[in-house]
Amino acid sequence: MTSTSRKALLQNIIVAAAFINGFVIMTIELLGGRVLSPYFGTSVYVWGSIITIFMLSLSLGYLWGGRLSSRNPNPDTFALFFLAAAILSLPIIFVAEWTMTQVFLNIEDPRYGSLIACTLLYFLPIFFMGMVSPYSIRLLVSSEENSGRMAGLLYFVSTLGSALGTLMTSFYFVLWFEIDTIMWGSIAALLLCGAGVAIVHRIPVNEAAGVHRYEN
Amino acid sequence: MKIEDVVRHWRQFGIMLLALVGVQAQAAEVLHEERSVYRNIFVTEEAGRRCLLFNAVRGERNQTCMNTQNPREFVFHYAKMTMAGLLVNPNPQNILIAGLGGGTLPTALHEMYPNANIEVLEIDQAVVNVARDFFHYAENEKVVTHVVDARVFIKRAGLAGRKFDFIVLDAFTGEYIPEHMLTQEFLEEVKRILTPDGVVVANTFSTSALYDHESETYRAVFGDFFNMKMSGSGNRVIIAQQQPLPNAAVLRANAEPLHTVLEPYAVNILEFPARMSTRPDWDQSRRVLTDQFSPANLLGQ
Repeated sequence: MTSTSRKALLQNIIVAAAFINGFVIMTIELLGGRVLSPYFGTSVYVWGSIITIFMLSLSLGYLWGGRLSSRNPNPDTFALFFLAAAILSLPIIFVAEWTMTQVFLNIEDPRYGSLIACTLLYFLPIFFMGMVSPYSIRLLVSSEENSGRMAGLLYFVSTLGSALGTLMTSFYFVLWFEIDTIMWGSIAALLLCGAGVAIVHRIPVNEAAGVHRYEN
Repeated sequence: MKIEDVVRHWRQFGIMLLALVGVQAQAAEVLHEERSVYRNIFVTEEAGRRCLLFNAVRGERNQTCMNTQNPREFVFHYAKMTMAGLLVNPNPQNILIAGLGGGTLPTALHEMYPNANIEVLEIDQAVVNVARDFFHYAENEKVVTHVVDARVFIKRAGLAGRKFDFIVLDAFTGEYIPEHMLTQEFLEEVKRILTPDGVVVANTFSTSALYDHESETYRAVFGDFFNMKMSGSGNRVIIAQQQPLPNAAVLRANAEPLHTVLEPYAVNILEFPARMSTRPDWDQSRRVLTDQFSPANLLGQ
């Protein structure tokens, strides 16, 4: 493989990862309503808590991801975001009930109960998923002229992913699978993104092709 | 065609549309409209019948109706069928009702059992306001309303060790089903606050795949239950208990003294025992609904 074709492949993988990231964020958000409802109900403020925490963790993730992208941006760091998001999603499967029971016992008001439970369960994984967007733009942008275009493309695919993730989860996944099964699927998808980026980044470049070895 | 003609045609078209809408709106007079974060609530009145409707779409199912000449009369079959719970526990003292509607049920039960403590759970403050202002729903030291999600209240009541001997689950609006209140885990929580001789009365659905799933879920938690249907009603009522259900002779014996008490409410309790069946008439291979799997709104399509 030439360094040019490897670069093209890596770019495509990064765009695909941004799509899946957007998909998974909304899948997890929609399931959040289901996860919280046995303890906090489905009053409007439960959805208020979920949306607040998702927006907050995404916004801080954007800020931190953008900040990291200015220091030695590389695909391995990018892949680590997915690994971190996947690992930090595990508590949603394994300790959600225990966490929500503790919150339920200690906080009487379901508004603050749902807000606290939501923060404990979702803040960290979604924060890392938020870091993906700005960092992927940095990895894709090669010149000032195409920066806006790349940012536009990234917004497009990740938001399209979010739209599809919302649709598939609410229309079909909850009908086909248990919540935990869908969560495992989301975690697997995140791991696949990270692994894809890390692997393609390591494909050896064929020197005989006579192009520059370093793409950046 | 000149531009003035075009404008005139469209104006006529517009007026015609407005007239059509006007005719529709006149069918039942809207007494009151109340917005909440959950829905729009309408109170309509037509031919001596005052109704509570959710959502703006006309023809949407009435939540509850009241005969303005005789406010005590139960207008709908499902409300009447709820009284079948009294055949299983004829003397309730601690009553819990999830879902207020127009307040017909708590009002009637309070009249029948003035010493019983009645607690009503309603998620939407706007429904409580409408019930108070338009449906004679009166609260006092015996009838208390909590604006809360019923699952949250019932879970807390269980932790606090509270018990009820008559629990009515009537929190379904027709257009959206609260999925967390159909699951096995929820029913276990309901069972936890039920006295040994207490009864659970659930107003649910008689059509769609949800009927099968829901029946299996109730059976997983309570074992055999009475299933009750009346012709002309899309609802069925589940009547369940922790201890073994009474036999038909006991039901009939309990119906006798209740007959005169329930007559003013247009409930003929004497015909109820024959309609209460424990025979499964659903697909018993359907999956039990759990907190992990409860796509009730999709199954109800």
